[in-house]
Amino acid sequence: MTTATTSVSGPAANAAGENLRFYGVWLAGVIVLIVLPLVFSSGGSLTSFSLIGIAIVFALSYNILLGQTGLLSFGHAVHYGLGGFTACHVMNAIVSHGWPIPLPFIPLFGGLGGLGFAILVGWLMTKRAGTVFAMISLGIGELVASSSLILRSVFGGEAGITTDRTALPRMFGWTFGPQIQVYYLIAFWLVVSAIAMYALTRTPLGRISNAVRDNPERVQFIGYDPHVVRYLAYCFAGFFAGIAGGLAAISFEIANSAYLGAIQSGLVLFATFIGGTAYFFGPILGAILVTYLQLGLTSVTSVWQLYFGIIFIGIVMFSPGGIAGLVMMHRPLLRAGSLWTVIPSYLVAIVPTVALACGVILVIETIARHSGGEASAINLFGIAFNPKSPATWIAAAVLVAGGFVIARLTWRRVGEAWDRAATVARDRGYLA
Amino acid sequence: MTAAIEVRAVEKRFGNVGIIRDLNLSIAQGERHAIIGPNGAGKSTTFNLISGHIKPTSGEVRLNGDVISGLQPFEINRRGLSRSFQVTNVFARMTVWENVRSAVLWATGHRYAFWKNVDSLPEVRERTARILEDIHLTHRRDVPAGLLTYAEQRELEIGITIAGGATVVMLDEPTAGMSHAETERAVSLIRRLTEGRTLVIVEHDMSVVFGLADRISVLVYGHIIASGTPEEIRRDPKVREAYLGEEAH
Repeated sequence: MTTATTSVSGPAANAAGENLRFYGVWLAGVIVLIVLPLVFSSGGSLTSFSLIGIAIVFALSYNILLGQTGLLSFGHAVHYGLGGFTACHVMNAIVSHGWPIPLPFIPLFGGLGGLGFAILVGWLMTKRAGTVFAMISLGIGELVASSSLILRSVFGGEAGITTDRTALPRMFGWTFGPQIQVYYLIAFWLVVSAIAMYALTRTPLGRISNAVRDNPERVQFIGYDPHVVRYLAYCFAGFFAGIAGGLAAISFEIANSAYLGAIQSGLVLFATFIGGTAYFFGPILGAILVTYLQLGLTSVTSVWQLYFGIIFIGIVMFSPGGIAGLVMMHRPLLRAGSLWTVIPSYLVAIVPTVALACGVILVIETIARHSGGEASAINLFGIAFNPKSPATWIAAAVLVAGGFVIARLTWRRVGEAWDRAATVARDRGYLA
Repeated sequence: MTAAIEVRAVEKRFGNVGIIRDLNLSIAQGERHAIIGPNGAGKSTTFNLISGHIKPTSGEVRLNGDVISGLQPFEINRRGLSRSFQVTNVFARMTVWENVRSAVLWATGHRYAFWKNVDSLPEVRERTARILEDIHLTHRRDVPAGLLTYAEQRELEIGITIAGGATVVMLDEPTAGMSHAETERAVSLIRRLTEGRTLVIVEHDMSVVFGLADRISVLVYGHIIASGTPEEIRRDPKVREAYLGEEAH
């Protein structure tokens, strides 16, 4: 960044203001992380924040593969899980040998665990991209997950490996018993990892990873071996996933086979994709949303996975760029000053869309209760619906059918308003 | 002086089908050499064989005296041979600036570095800026390459090809699909940018070929039937029969 101001015509040429805003965003993020537990100080919310922090590191590491290098992995949790197991074993070893290594350094060992396995299997895995890579990643994921139940001495079988984070040497007098201290430990590693992963995108390797994503064939003709690029990216992704796993091991004081499995791999893919792979902050949004939903939905509905599926399909179909893509789409309009012309049509379209969503929820919950033999009332926005009453079925049908028809009409209007606004933005030179 | 490119008795078969038979070609350093021939003669295959995109079944290819047949494309590129593609082949989601910069990174020695900020490498920045000037795309630097017009993408393609400072530049139909004005622009661009380098070009447009090339080779059914100066090629009866004659009708 030091040479930015002397540049002839580099990307950082018009940079003074941009730089300020850039560091401002990061600083704001750090401040939010510091202040958050002071505002929401209950034990439950501290645990939630900790889980979200871990999920963010994990999702960002996944995006090194998916968004940056174009590698769709179905087995990324392997590195997360092995990071967790490594962290647990190292913590137990520190306690039994009395080594002077305090807890805050443990995630680094988790990272090394994730990295070690990536170095080992990555070369073979990244020989090819595309479907071949996806299939091998699935295979390796299943292989390691099933090995974890067989190799009991290493993985502890069904029970997993437990540890006691408070038994490690203290640092700054912190025992890391209270959740608030664990939260700050996670927040610290989140900031360090996020900065490191962002910095990685700005290096020669990071940019060539993008080139490999876009066109691996062409990369060979500008001097690069795409296999090496993919391998290095894979190692970095494994390292940061291992850090996330190490943080999880600290938070839960256990590592078990669930850490490494297909569900965990699916969740991180899910979070990253929903958040948006094209922007660095996309996976952050995705990890926050998915973790929050996971924690929130499980307590209100028994079929929460179904809702996950619907959200995922919705995003894939209507906003392949994820939430980040949706947000960034509005940027040129905002700059051109034509965004306000779209907002009224949004407000109109939201009403039937919410009605449609409510109808769908009623249908799902009614069916779920019938098949589950349950009769508890469906509580939607404070209104109780009796799942056995025909009135509920009629309400659901009206909401679904009416909502769908009206939503279609109103979203068409949004599209038209959008086109007009985009034309304005194009005329003013904010949109290519 | 050793030839920039020396192709000796190269054959390429796909299964039982011989696409290239007994290909011999010698291109001197600093020469502008055009390869012409009817559709399906194997011009692009010849390019792919020389640049390492596909491996010859037999025979050898030398670059500045060293055998390069059998090497990977990136190894050949690192030895100073760069090529473009007939179908535009850029990094679609990256900006014009990033496209050219990617092609500069290896040559400036930054390779797989993950400890350097790519934006603060002065020599990379200067070289990228100079190439953007050269290909007249400075005003489009922040546009994703996939959103450029066709002619602009072709110019970017040339920019990426020469960015690494290769001594041998191979262009596969650089003016294909261009209008007359765009073609003229592209030719003067190619002439200027390949000054002092060896140029190998495949081209269908005969005005481009005869205006640009020092020497021409005519490829018919995977075999070079004639090689010489534009004047010699124009007079060659075999060529007139096999190729130019057909064109004239």
